[in-house]
Amino acid sequence: MAGVSESVSTQMGMHTEPLTGRDIKTKFTLENEGGFGYHFARDVDFNRRAEIDCADLEPTEINSKIRELMDSGHGSIVIRNPGAKHSLIVGILNRMNLIVEGSLGYFGCGLLDGPSVRISGRVGWSFGENMMAGVCVVEKNAGSTFGAALRGGDLVCKGSVGSRTGIDQKGGTILVGGDTGAFSGFMMQRGRIVVCGNSGKNLGDSMYDGTIFVGGEIQDLGVDAVPAELTDLDRAWLNRKLTMYEMLPEQGVDHFTKIVAGKQLWSYDNLEPTEKKLVL
Amino acid sequence: MCGIAGLIYRDGARNIGAEMTAMLQALKHRGPDSTGFAMYGAPGPNEYIMRFKVAEKEDLSGGTRIHRAIVERKAAVDAVLKELGVAVLELDEPTEYAIRYRISFDGDLKTLADQIEEVEGAEILSIGNALELIKDLGDAADVSGAYSLGGFTGTHGIGHTRMATESDVDIRSAHPYWAYPYNDIAVVHNGQITNYWLKRRQLEREGQRFVSDCDSELLAVYTAVNLEKGITLEESLRRSIDEIDGVFTYLITTGNELGMAKDTMAAKPMVLYEADDLVALASEEVAIRAIIPHEIDTSDPYDEEVRVWQA
Repeated sequence: MAGVSESVSTQMGMHTEPLTGRDIKTKFTLENEGGFGYHFARDVDFNRRAEIDCADLEPTEINSKIRELMDSGHGSIVIRNPGAKHSLIVGILNRMNLIVEGSLGYFGCGLLDGPSVRISGRVGWSFGENMMAGVCVVEKNAGSTFGAALRGGDLVCKGSVGSRTGIDQKGGTILVGGDTGAFSGFMMQRGRIVVCGNSGKNLGDSMYDGTIFVGGEIQDLGVDAVPAELTDLDRAWLNRKLTMYEMLPEQGVDHFTKIVAGKQLWSYDNLEPTEKKLVL
Repeated sequence: MCGIAGLIYRDGARNIGAEMTAMLQALKHRGPDSTGFAMYGAPGPNEYIMRFKVAEKEDLSGGTRIHRAIVERKAAVDAVLKELGVAVLELDEPTEYAIRYRISFDGDLKTLADQIEEVEGAEILSIGNALELIKDLGDAADVSGAYSLGGFTGTHGIGHTRMATESDVDIRSAHPYWAYPYNDIAVVHNGQITNYWLKRRQLEREGQRFVSDCDSELLAVYTAVNLEKGITLEESLRRSIDEIDGVFTYLITTGNELGMAKDTMAAKPMVLYEADDLVALASEEVAIRAIIPHEIDTSDPYDEEVRVWQA
Protein backbone atom coordinates (compact mmCIF):
# COMPACT_ATOMS: atom_id res chain seq x y z
CA MET A 1 0.00 0.00 0.00
CA ALA A 2 2.74 2.40 0.98
CA GLY A 3 4.56 1.77 -2.25
CA VAL A 4 1.48 2.46 -4.36
CA SER A 5 0.75 5.70 -2.47
CA GLU A 6 4.28 6.92 -2.94
CA SER A 7 4.38 6.59 -6.68
CA VAL A 8 0.91 7.88 -7.54
CA SER A 9 0.58 10.71 -5.03
CA THR A 10 4.13 11.86 -5.59
CA GLN A 11 3.52 11.93 -9.31
CA MET A 12 0.38 13.96 -8.67
CA GLY A 13 2.47 16.53 -6.83
CA MET A 14 0.78 15.94 -3.50
CA HIS A 15 4.03 15.48 -1.64
CA THR A 16 7.61 14.53 -2.23
CA GLU A 17 8.63 12.67 0.87
CA PRO A 18 7.84 8.96 1.23
CA LEU A 19 4.98 7.88 3.47
CA THR A 20 6.88 6.08 6.16
CA GLY A 21 5.05 7.05 9.36
CA ARG A 22 4.37 4.34 11.90
CA ASP A 23 0.60 4.93 11.80
CA ILE A 24 0.55 4.72 8.04
CA LYS A 25 2.29 1.37 8.11
CA THR A 26 0.33 -0.19 10.94
CA LYS A 27 -3.18 1.12 10.29
CA PHE A 28 -3.45 1.49 6.56
CA THR A 29 -2.19 -1.66 4.98
CA LEU A 30 -4.09 -3.75 2.48
CA GLU A 31 -3.76 -6.74 4.79
CA ASN A 32 -5.52 -4.91 7.61
CA GLU A 33 -8.95 -4.29 6.15
CA GLY A 34 -10.31 -3.04 9.46
CA GLY A 35 -7.98 -0.07 9.29
CA PHE A 36 -10.14 1.52 6.59
CA GLY A 37 -13.35 1.86 8.57
CA TYR A 38 -14.86 2.06 12.02
CA HIS A 39 -16.60 -0.90 13.56
CA PHE A 40 -19.12 1.50 15.10
CA ALA A 41 -19.90 3.40 11.88
CA ARG A 42 -23.60 3.38 10.97
CA ASP A 43 -24.85 1.51 7.96
CA VAL A 44 -27.31 3.98 6.47
CA ASP A 45 -29.58 4.01 3.43
CA PHE A 46 -29.03 7.08 1.24
CA ASN A 47 -32.62 6.83 0.00
CA ARG A 48 -34.06 7.26 3.50
CA ARG A 49 -34.49 10.99 4.02
CA ALA A 50 -35.38 12.96 7.14
CA GLU A 51 -35.48 16.59 8.25
CA ILE A 52 -34.51 18.36 11.46
CA ASP A 53 -35.85 21.82 12.28
CA CYS A 54 -33.16 23.38 14.47
CA ALA A 55 -35.00 26.59 15.31
CA ASP A 56 -35.70 25.68 18.93
CA LEU A 57 -32.96 23.11 19.50
CA GLU A 58 -29.61 23.41 21.21
CA PRO A 59 -26.50 22.18 19.34
CA THR A 60 -26.21 19.02 21.42
CA GLU A 61 -29.86 18.21 20.74
CA ILE A 62 -29.33 18.69 17.01
CA ASN A 63 -26.26 16.46 16.95
CA SER A 64 -28.09 13.83 19.00
CA LYS A 65 -31.00 13.91 16.56
CA ILE A 66 -28.62 13.38 13.64
CA ARG A 67 -27.23 10.32 15.41
CA GLU A 68 -30.70 8.99 16.20
CA LEU A 69 -31.67 9.32 12.56
CA MET A 70 -28.46 7.59 11.45
CA ASP A 71 -29.13 4.80 13.96
CA SER A 72 -32.53 4.29 12.35
CA GLY A 73 -30.87 4.01 8.94
CA HIS A 74 -31.46 7.50 7.49
CA GLY A 75 -28.72 8.33 5.02
CA SER A 76 -29.97 11.74 3.85
CA ILE A 77 -30.74 14.40 6.43
CA VAL A 78 -31.86 17.97 5.81
CA ILE A 79 -30.93 20.48 8.52
CA ARG A 80 -33.36 23.41 8.52
CA ASN A 81 -32.97 26.72 10.41
CA PRO A 82 -29.50 26.05 11.78
CA GLY A 83 -29.30 29.72 12.78
CA ALA A 84 -25.47 29.85 12.73
CA LYS A 85 -25.35 27.65 15.81
CA HIS A 86 -21.98 26.23 16.81
CA SER A 87 -20.49 22.74 16.65
CA LEU A 88 -23.15 21.16 14.43
CA ILE A 89 -22.59 18.03 12.32
CA VAL A 90 -19.48 16.80 14.11
CA GLY A 91 -17.86 13.41 14.51
CA ILE A 92 -19.79 11.62 11.76
CA LEU A 93 -17.75 8.63 10.69
CA ASN A 94 -19.84 7.05 7.93
CA ARG A 95 -20.91 7.99 4.46
CA MET A 96 -24.21 9.86 4.21
CA ASN A 97 -25.72 13.06 2.79
CA LEU A 98 -26.35 16.12 4.89
CA ILE A 99 -28.02 19.19 3.43
CA VAL A 100 -27.88 22.33 5.54
CA GLU A 101 -30.39 25.02 4.62
CA GLY A 102 -28.78 28.03 6.25
CA SER A 103 -25.56 28.92 8.02
CA LEU A 104 -23.41 27.26 10.65
CA GLY A 105 -21.47 28.94 13.44
CA TYR A 106 -18.08 27.96 14.81
CA PHE A 107 -16.56 24.48 14.65
CA GLY A 108 -19.10 23.14 12.16
CA CYS A 109 -18.45 19.80 10.45
CA GLY A 110 -15.44 18.96 12.61
CA LEU A 111 -13.92 15.49 12.85
CA LEU A 112 -15.79 14.06 9.86
CA ASP A 113 -14.81 10.88 8.08
CA GLY A 114 -17.00 10.10 5.13
CA PRO A 115 -20.15 12.21 4.84
CA SER A 116 -21.08 14.56 2.04
CA VAL A 117 -22.30 17.90 3.37
CA ARG A 118 -23.74 20.80 1.40
CA ILE A 119 -24.37 24.10 3.14
CA SER A 120 -26.41 26.82 1.47
CA GLY A 121 -25.23 29.60 3.79
CA ARG A 122 -22.06 30.68 5.52
CA VAL A 123 -19.88 28.92 8.07
CA GLY A 124 -17.95 30.37 11.00
CA TRP A 125 -14.44 29.79 12.32
CA SER A 126 -12.78 26.40 12.24
CA PHE A 127 -15.07 24.71 9.77
CA GLY A 128 -14.14 21.15 8.76
CA GLU A 129 -11.34 20.78 11.30
CA ASN A 130 -9.56 17.45 11.16
CA MET A 131 -11.78 16.01 8.43
CA MET A 132 -10.46 12.61 7.35
CA ALA A 133 -12.61 11.98 4.29
CA GLY A 134 -15.78 13.21 2.65
CA VAL A 135 -16.93 16.36 0.94
CA CYS A 136 -18.17 19.65 2.41
CA VAL A 137 -19.41 22.39 0.10
CA VAL A 138 -20.20 25.85 1.47
CA GLU A 139 -22.09 28.10 -0.93
CA LYS A 140 -21.30 31.43 0.79
CA ASN A 141 -18.36 32.70 2.86
CA ALA A 142 -16.41 31.00 5.63
CA GLY A 143 -14.58 32.27 8.71
CA SER A 144 -10.97 31.82 9.74
CA THR A 145 -9.09 28.53 10.14
CA PHE A 146 -11.19 26.93 7.42
CA GLY A 147 -10.03 23.34 7.13
CA ALA A 148 -7.53 23.49 9.97
CA ALA A 149 -5.59 20.21 10.23
CA LEU A 150 -7.54 18.78 7.31
CA ARG A 151 -6.41 15.21 6.65
CA GLY A 152 -8.47 14.16 3.67
CA GLY A 153 -11.48 14.82 1.50
CA ASP A 154 -12.59 17.98 -0.27
CA LEU A 155 -13.47 21.13 1.65
CA VAL A 156 -15.04 23.70 -0.64
CA CYS A 157 -16.04 27.32 -0.01
CA LYS A 158 -17.51 29.09 -3.00
CA GLY A 159 -17.21 32.50 -1.35
CA SER A 160 -14.28 34.01 0.54
CA VAL A 161 -12.66 32.61 3.65
CA GLY A 162 -10.95 34.25 6.62
CA SER A 163 -7.39 33.95 7.86
CA ARG A 164 -5.24 30.86 8.49
CA THR A 165 -7.07 28.73 5.96
CA GLY A 166 -5.67 25.20 5.96
CA ILE A 167 -3.42 25.84 8.93
CA ASP A 168 -1.59 22.61 9.82
CA GLN A 169 -3.21 20.87 6.87
CA LYS A 170 -2.15 17.25 6.66
CA GLY A 171 -3.89 16.14 3.50
CA GLY A 172 -6.99 16.55 1.38
CA THR A 173 -7.99 19.53 -0.72
CA ILE A 174 -9.30 22.97 0.17
CA LEU A 175 -10.98 24.92 -2.63
CA VAL A 176 -11.87 28.60 -2.23
CA GLY A 177 -13.87 30.48 -4.85
CA GLY A 178 -13.03 33.94 -3.52
CA ASP A 179 -10.21 35.35 -1.41
CA THR A 180 -8.34 33.96 1.57
CA GLY A 181 -6.84 35.87 4.50
CA ALA A 182 -3.41 36.04 6.10
CA PHE A 183 -1.34 33.00 7.05
CA SER A 184 -3.22 30.63 4.79
CA GLY A 185 -1.45 27.29 4.56
CA PHE A 186 0.51 28.08 7.71
CA MET A 187 2.59 25.02 8.64
CA MET A 188 0.74 22.83 6.17
CA GLN A 189 2.29 19.42 5.83
CA ARG A 190 0.52 17.87 2.91
CA GLY A 191 -2.50 18.30 0.68
CA ARG A 192 -3.55 21.13 -1.59
CA ILE A 193 -5.14 24.53 -1.22
CA VAL A 194 -6.67 26.22 -4.24
CA VAL A 195 -7.69 29.88 -4.00
CA CYS A 196 -9.36 31.34 -7.08
CA GLY A 197 -9.17 34.91 -5.73
CA ASN A 198 -6.49 36.78 -3.82
CA SER A 199 -4.41 35.71 -0.86
CA GLY A 200 -3.48 37.74 2.22
CA LYS A 201 0.00 38.09 3.64
CA ASN A 202 2.34 35.30 4.73
CA LEU A 203 0.89 32.71 2.41
CA GLY A 204 2.28 29.25 3.15
CA ASP A 205 4.36 30.46 6.07
CA SER A 206 6.56 27.64 7.42
CA MET A 207 4.87 25.05 5.24
CA TYR A 208 6.56 21.67 5.32
CA ASP A 209 5.05 20.27 2.17
CA GLY A 210 1.90 20.35 0.11
CA THR A 211 0.90 22.74 -2.65
CA ILE A 212 -0.99 26.02 -2.79
CA PHE A 213 -2.49 27.39 -6.00
CA VAL A 214 -3.64 31.02 -6.14
CA GLY A 215 -5.56 32.51 -9.08
CA GLY A 216 -5.34 36.16 -7.98
CA GLU A 217 -2.82 38.39 -6.26
CA ILE A 218 -0.64 37.13 -3.41
CA GLN A 219 0.00 39.87 -0.87
CA ASP A 220 3.24 38.19 0.14
CA LEU A 221 4.73 34.78 0.81
CA GLY A 222 5.59 33.47 4.26
CA VAL A 223 8.89 32.05 5.38
CA ASP A 224 10.10 29.17 3.21
CA ALA A 225 7.16 29.33 0.78
CA VAL A 226 8.42 29.55 -2.78
CA PRO A 227 6.85 29.74 -6.25
CA ALA A 228 7.05 26.65 -8.44
CA GLU A 229 6.32 25.88 -12.06
CA LEU A 230 2.71 25.04 -12.89
CA THR A 231 2.90 21.68 -14.65
CA ASP A 232 0.50 20.10 -17.13
CA LEU A 233 -0.46 17.68 -14.40
CA ASP A 234 -1.33 20.61 -12.12
CA ARG A 235 -3.44 22.23 -14.84
CA ALA A 236 -5.29 19.00 -15.49
CA TRP A 237 -5.94 18.48 -11.81
CA LEU A 238 -7.07 22.08 -11.25
CA ASN A 239 -9.38 21.89 -14.26
CA ARG A 240 -10.90 18.66 -13.08
CA LYS A 241 -11.30 19.69 -9.46
CA LEU A 242 -12.67 23.17 -10.12
CA THR A 243 -15.03 21.90 -12.82
CA MET A 244 -16.32 19.25 -10.41
CA TYR A 245 -17.54 21.99 -8.05
CA GLU A 246 -18.56 24.46 -10.78
CA MET A 247 -15.81 26.87 -9.76
CA LEU A 248 -13.64 26.92 -12.88
CA PRO A 249 -12.76 30.54 -13.69
CA GLU A 250 -13.72 31.81 -17.15
CA GLN A 251 -10.07 32.27 -18.11
CA GLY A 252 -9.19 28.72 -17.10
CA VAL A 253 -6.32 27.83 -14.80
CA ASP A 254 -3.20 28.92 -16.67
CA HIS A 255 -2.96 32.10 -14.60
CA PHE A 256 -2.71 30.23 -11.28
CA THR A 257 0.48 30.64 -9.26
CA LYS A 258 1.83 27.52 -7.62
CA ILE A 259 3.45 27.77 -4.19
CA VAL A 260 5.37 24.97 -2.52
CA ALA A 261 7.69 24.55 0.47
CA GLY A 262 11.27 25.64 -0.06
CA LYS A 263 12.14 22.98 2.53
CA GLN A 264 14.90 25.10 3.99
CA LEU A 265 13.16 24.78 7.35
CA TRP A 266 13.39 21.02 7.36
CA SER A 267 15.68 19.84 10.16
CA TYR A 268 15.75 23.43 11.35
CA ASP A 269 17.10 22.46 14.75
CA ASN A 270 20.16 20.92 13.13
CA LEU A 271 21.06 24.05 11.19
CA GLU A 272 23.92 26.31 12.18
CA PRO A 273 22.83 29.73 13.52
CA THR A 274 24.05 31.42 10.36
CA GLU A 275 22.08 28.93 8.27
CA LYS A 276 18.95 29.63 10.34
CA LYS A 277 19.30 33.31 9.59
CA LEU A 278 19.50 32.60 5.88
CA VAL A 279 16.33 30.50 6.02
CA LEU A 280 14.30 33.08 7.93
CA MET B 1 -12.98 35.20 25.76
CA CYS B 2 -15.60 37.99 25.90
CA GLY B 3 -18.12 38.89 23.22
CA ILE B 4 -18.58 42.20 21.47
CA ALA B 5 -21.36 43.44 19.25
CA GLY B 6 -22.42 46.63 17.56
CA LEU B 7 -24.99 47.99 15.17
CA ILE B 8 -25.66 51.23 13.36
CA TYR B 9 -28.75 52.36 11.46
CA ARG B 10 -27.96 54.56 8.53
CA ASP B 11 -31.49 55.87 8.00
CA GLY B 12 -32.68 57.05 11.40
CA ALA B 13 -33.28 55.87 14.92
CA ARG B 14 -34.76 52.51 15.91
CA ASN B 15 -35.35 50.55 19.07
CA ILE B 16 -31.70 49.63 19.43
CA GLY B 17 -32.11 48.82 23.13
CA ALA B 18 -34.09 45.69 22.39
CA GLU B 19 -31.81 44.74 19.51
CA MET B 20 -28.58 45.21 21.44
CA THR B 21 -30.09 43.20 24.30
CA ALA B 22 -30.93 40.35 21.93
CA MET B 23 -27.47 40.41 20.35
CA LEU B 24 -25.63 40.42 23.67
CA GLN B 25 -27.88 37.76 25.15
CA ALA B 26 -26.92 35.52 22.22
CA LEU B 27 -23.26 36.07 23.19
CA LYS B 28 -23.82 35.22 26.85
CA HIS B 29 -21.75 32.04 26.56
CA ARG B 30 -18.71 34.18 25.68
CA GLY B 31 -18.93 36.05 28.98
CA PRO B 32 -21.68 35.73 31.58
CA ASP B 33 -20.11 37.84 34.33
CA SER B 34 -21.18 41.31 33.29
CA THR B 35 -22.81 43.03 30.36
CA GLY B 36 -22.46 46.57 29.11
CA PHE B 37 -24.14 48.80 26.55
CA ALA B 38 -23.02 52.07 24.97
CA MET B 39 -25.95 53.44 23.00
CA TYR B 40 -26.60 56.72 21.26
CA GLY B 41 -29.97 58.39 21.60
CA ALA B 42 -31.26 61.72 20.36
CA PRO B 43 -28.89 64.51 21.37
CA GLY B 44 -30.33 67.78 22.63
CA PRO B 45 -28.64 71.20 22.25
CA ASN B 46 -26.29 71.90 25.18
CA GLU B 47 -27.66 68.83 26.90
CA TYR B 48 -25.71 65.89 28.22
CA ILE B 49 -26.66 62.54 29.61
CA MET B 50 -24.49 61.68 32.58
CA ARG B 51 -24.46 58.11 33.89
CA PHE B 52 -22.56 57.40 37.08
CA LYS B 53 -22.54 55.03 40.01
CA VAL B 54 -21.90 55.63 43.68
CA ALA B 55 -21.33 52.01 44.74
CA GLU B 56 -20.75 48.54 43.38
CA LYS B 57 -23.59 46.06 43.36
CA GLU B 58 -21.84 43.77 45.80
CA ASP B 59 -21.38 46.67 48.27
CA LEU B 60 -25.11 46.50 49.01
CA SER B 61 -24.71 43.23 50.87
CA GLY B 62 -22.19 44.80 53.25
CA GLY B 63 -24.60 46.05 55.92
CA THR B 64 -26.72 49.17 56.39
CA ARG B 65 -23.86 51.65 56.37
CA ILE B 66 -23.53 51.51 52.59
CA HIS B 67 -27.10 52.71 52.11
CA ARG B 68 -26.36 55.83 54.14
CA ALA B 69 -23.10 56.29 52.23
CA ILE B 70 -24.96 56.10 48.92
CA VAL B 71 -27.33 58.86 50.01
CA GLU B 72 -24.38 60.99 51.11
CA ARG B 73 -22.48 60.38 47.88
CA LYS B 74 -25.47 61.35 45.76
CA ALA B 75 -25.83 64.54 47.80
CA ALA B 76 -22.14 65.28 47.31
CA VAL B 77 -22.48 64.87 43.54
CA ASP B 78 -25.51 67.14 43.55
CA ALA B 79 -23.47 69.74 45.43
CA VAL B 80 -20.75 69.59 42.76
CA LEU B 81 -23.33 70.04 40.03
CA LYS B 82 -24.83 73.03 41.81
CA GLU B 83 -21.42 74.57 42.34
CA LEU B 84 -20.59 74.26 38.62
CA GLY B 85 -23.95 75.70 37.55
CA VAL B 86 -25.23 72.46 36.06
CA ALA B 87 -29.01 72.35 35.60
CA VAL B 88 -30.48 68.89 36.19
CA LEU B 89 -33.33 68.46 33.71
CA GLU B 90 -34.19 64.87 34.48
CA LEU B 91 -33.24 62.35 37.13
CA ASP B 92 -33.53 58.61 36.90
CA GLU B 93 -32.29 56.01 39.37
CA PRO B 94 -32.61 52.58 37.76
CA THR B 95 -30.83 51.02 40.73
CA GLU B 96 -29.91 52.30 44.17
CA TYR B 97 -26.30 52.79 43.12
CA ALA B 98 -26.58 53.83 39.44
CA ILE B 99 -27.90 57.23 38.44
CA ARG B 100 -28.80 58.85 35.14
CA TYR B 101 -28.96 62.63 34.90
CA ARG B 102 -30.00 64.67 31.89
CA ILE B 103 -28.23 67.94 32.41
CA SER B 104 -27.79 71.30 30.77
CA PHE B 105 -24.20 72.47 30.90
CA ASP B 106 -22.01 74.71 28.76
CA GLY B 107 -18.79 74.47 30.76
CA ASP B 108 -15.73 72.25 30.51
CA LEU B 109 -16.56 68.52 30.57
CA LYS B 110 -13.22 67.61 32.09
CA THR B 111 -13.75 69.94 35.04
CA LEU B 112 -17.20 68.48 35.58
CA ALA B 113 -15.97 64.89 35.36
CA ASP B 114 -12.90 65.47 37.54
CA GLN B 115 -14.92 67.10 40.33
CA ILE B 116 -17.55 64.36 40.39
CA GLU B 117 -14.83 61.71 40.47
CA GLU B 118 -13.40 63.44 43.54
CA VAL B 119 -16.54 62.43 45.45
CA GLU B 120 -15.64 59.26 47.33
CA GLY B 121 -17.25 56.21 45.75
CA ALA B 122 -18.55 58.10 42.71
CA GLU B 123 -17.49 56.87 39.27
CA ILE B 124 -18.71 58.35 36.03
CA LEU B 125 -19.66 55.78 33.43
CA SER B 126 -20.25 58.30 30.67
CA ILE B 127 -21.04 61.87 29.82
CA GLY B 128 -22.23 62.63 26.32
CA ASN B 129 -24.65 64.55 24.17
CA ALA B 130 -26.01 61.27 22.83
CA LEU B 131 -24.01 58.53 24.57
CA GLU B 132 -25.49 56.50 27.39
CA LEU B 133 -23.24 53.85 28.88
CA ILE B 134 -24.86 51.21 31.05
CA LYS B 135 -23.03 48.26 32.56
CA ASP B 136 -23.68 45.94 35.43
CA LEU B 137 -23.29 42.37 36.61
CA GLY B 138 -25.32 39.62 34.96
CA ASP B 139 -26.32 38.78 31.43
CA ALA B 140 -27.84 41.12 28.87
CA ALA B 141 -31.42 40.31 29.86
CA ASP B 142 -30.65 41.04 33.53
CA VAL B 143 -28.97 44.38 32.82
CA SER B 144 -31.46 45.44 30.16
CA GLY B 145 -34.32 44.63 32.50
CA ALA B 146 -32.83 46.42 35.50
CA TYR B 147 -32.07 49.56 33.49
CA SER B 148 -35.21 49.44 31.28
CA LEU B 149 -33.20 49.40 28.06
CA GLY B 150 -35.78 47.46 26.09
CA GLY B 151 -37.28 50.63 24.68
CA PHE B 152 -34.11 52.63 24.11
CA THR B 153 -34.37 54.49 20.80
CA GLY B 154 -31.20 55.48 19.00
CA THR B 155 -29.09 55.22 15.88
CA HIS B 156 -26.15 53.10 16.97
CA GLY B 157 -24.64 51.21 19.84
CA ILE B 158 -22.01 48.75 20.97
CA GLY B 159 -22.00 46.19 23.73
CA HIS B 160 -19.90 43.67 25.57
CA THR B 161 -20.35 40.43 27.48
CA ARG B 162 -17.48 39.87 29.86
CA MET B 163 -15.77 36.75 31.06
CA ALA B 164 -13.65 38.03 33.93
CA THR B 165 -10.10 36.73 33.65
CA GLU B 166 -7.70 39.33 34.96
CA SER B 167 -9.75 41.52 37.27
CA ASP B 168 -12.77 41.36 39.54
CA VAL B 169 -16.36 40.80 38.61
CA ASP B 170 -17.59 44.33 39.22
CA ILE B 171 -18.97 47.30 37.31
CA ARG B 172 -15.60 49.03 37.41
CA SER B 173 -14.07 46.25 35.34
CA ALA B 174 -17.00 45.82 32.99
CA HIS B 175 -17.01 47.14 29.44
CA PRO B 176 -17.73 49.31 27.43
CA TYR B 177 -15.35 52.09 28.40
CA TRP B 178 -15.99 55.75 27.97
CA ALA B 179 -13.08 57.89 26.77
CA TYR B 180 -12.80 59.99 29.89
CA PRO B 181 -13.63 62.90 29.66
CA TYR B 182 -14.41 63.14 25.95
CA ASN B 183 -17.91 63.62 24.69
CA ASP B 184 -19.67 60.63 23.13
CA ILE B 185 -16.74 58.21 22.66
CA ALA B 186 -16.95 54.61 23.83
CA VAL B 187 -15.18 51.34 23.05
CA VAL B 188 -15.63 47.59 23.34
CA HIS B 189 -12.69 45.32 22.76
CA ASN B 190 -11.92 41.64 22.50
CA GLY B 191 -8.26 40.81 22.97
CA GLN B 192 -5.16 41.76 24.91
CA ILE B 193 -3.05 44.86 24.43
CA THR B 194 0.56 44.07 25.20
CA ASN B 195 1.97 47.61 25.15
CA TYR B 196 -0.84 48.91 27.35
CA TRP B 197 1.31 50.38 30.10
CA LEU B 198 3.74 51.96 27.67
CA LYS B 199 0.96 53.68 25.73
CA ARG B 200 -0.95 54.56 28.88
CA ARG B 201 2.07 56.26 30.42
CA GLN B 202 2.61 58.21 27.20
CA LEU B 203 -0.98 59.43 27.32
CA GLU B 204 -0.81 60.14 31.04
CA ARG B 205 2.28 62.27 30.48
CA GLU B 206 0.16 64.24 28.00
CA GLY B 207 -2.39 64.83 30.75
CA GLN B 208 -4.89 62.07 30.00
CA ARG B 209 -6.61 60.30 32.87
CA PHE B 210 -7.50 56.64 33.15
CA VAL B 211 -10.25 55.46 35.46
CA SER B 212 -9.45 51.75 35.31
CA ASP B 213 -6.53 49.37 34.81
CA CYS B 214 -8.24 47.69 31.88
CA ASP B 215 -6.34 47.64 28.60
CA SER B 216 -9.54 48.29 26.66
CA GLU B 217 -9.86 51.77 28.13
CA LEU B 218 -6.61 52.67 26.36
CA LEU B 219 -8.31 52.29 22.99
CA ALA B 220 -11.02 54.76 23.96
CA VAL B 221 -8.63 57.42 25.28
CA TYR B 222 -6.17 56.84 22.40
CA THR B 223 -8.93 57.39 19.86
CA ALA B 224 -10.37 60.41 21.66
CA VAL B 225 -6.95 62.09 21.71
CA ASN B 226 -6.51 61.43 18.00
CA LEU B 227 -9.94 62.84 17.21
CA GLU B 228 -9.18 65.93 19.25
CA LYS B 229 -6.05 66.44 17.14
CA GLY B 230 -8.24 66.48 14.04
CA ILE B 231 -7.44 62.94 12.93
CA THR B 232 -10.42 61.15 11.42
CA LEU B 233 -11.81 58.06 13.09
CA GLU B 234 -10.79 55.93 10.13
CA GLU B 235 -7.21 57.20 10.26
CA SER B 236 -7.07 56.70 14.02
CA LEU B 237 -8.21 53.10 13.62
CA ARG B 238 -5.60 52.58 10.92
CA ARG B 239 -2.84 54.04 13.08
CA SER B 240 -3.89 51.88 16.01
CA ILE B 241 -3.01 48.75 14.05
CA ASP B 242 0.60 49.90 13.90
CA GLU B 243 0.82 51.63 17.25
CA ILE B 244 -1.11 49.24 19.50
CA ASP B 245 0.51 45.86 20.09
CA GLY B 246 -1.28 42.65 20.88
CA VAL B 247 -4.27 40.83 19.53
CA PHE B 248 -7.44 42.83 19.27
CA THR B 249 -10.67 43.40 17.49
CA TYR B 250 -12.47 46.47 18.70
CA LEU B 251 -15.52 48.57 18.01
CA ILE B 252 -15.54 52.27 18.77
CA THR B 253 -18.35 54.77 18.58
CA THR B 254 -18.63 58.52 18.36
CA GLY B 255 -21.75 60.67 18.24
CA ASN B 256 -22.50 59.63 14.67
CA GLU B 257 -20.02 56.88 13.74
CA LEU B 258 -19.28 53.24 14.39
CA GLY B 259 -15.75 52.05 13.64
CA MET B 260 -14.04 48.69 13.63
CA ALA B 261 -10.40 47.60 13.57
CA LYS B 262 -8.80 44.21 13.52
CA ASP B 263 -5.17 43.60 14.41
CA THR B 264 -2.48 42.33 12.10
CA MET B 265 -2.90 38.70 13.18
CA ALA B 266 -6.71 38.67 12.84
CA ALA B 267 -6.70 36.52 15.95
CA LYS B 268 -10.01 37.71 17.37
CA PRO B 269 -13.25 37.02 15.55
CA MET B 270 -15.73 39.40 14.04
CA VAL B 271 -18.63 38.74 11.71
CA LEU B 272 -20.02 41.57 9.62
CA TYR B 273 -23.46 42.05 8.11
CA GLU B 274 -23.81 45.10 5.91
CA ALA B 275 -27.09 46.24 4.38
CA ASP B 276 -28.29 49.60 3.05
CA ASP B 277 -30.06 50.56 6.26
CA LEU B 278 -28.23 48.52 8.91
CA VAL B 279 -24.72 47.40 9.70
CA ALA B 280 -24.36 44.80 12.43
CA LEU B 281 -21.17 43.24 13.79
CA ALA B 282 -20.56 40.65 16.44
CA SER B 283 -18.02 38.14 17.68
CA GLU B 284 -20.35 35.42 16.45
CA GLU B 285 -23.01 35.26 13.79
CA VAL B 286 -25.56 33.96 16.31
CA ALA B 287 -25.73 37.48 17.71
CA ILE B 288 -26.63 38.95 14.32
CA ARG B 289 -29.16 36.16 13.80
CA ALA B 290 -30.79 37.21 17.05
CA ILE B 291 -32.05 40.36 15.29
CA ILE B 292 -32.14 39.14 11.69
CA PRO B 293 -33.49 35.59 11.72
CA HIS B 294 -33.73 35.16 7.95
CA GLU B 295 -30.83 34.06 5.76
CA ILE B 296 -28.29 36.83 5.21
CA ASP B 297 -24.87 37.26 3.68
CA THR B 298 -22.15 37.83 6.24
CA SER B 299 -18.37 37.95 6.06
CA ASP B 300 -15.28 38.06 8.26
CA PRO B 301 -13.27 41.30 8.07
CA TYR B 302 -9.63 40.49 7.32
CA ASP B 303 -6.45 41.26 9.24
CA GLU B 304 -5.64 44.97 9.50
CA GLU B 305 -9.08 45.79 8.19
CA VAL B 306 -10.57 49.09 9.25
CA ARG B 307 -14.14 50.16 8.61
CA VAL B 308 -16.21 53.18 9.61
CA TRP B 309 -19.95 53.67 9.14
CA GLN B 310 -21.97 56.85 9.62
CA ALA B 311 -25.36 57.07 11.31
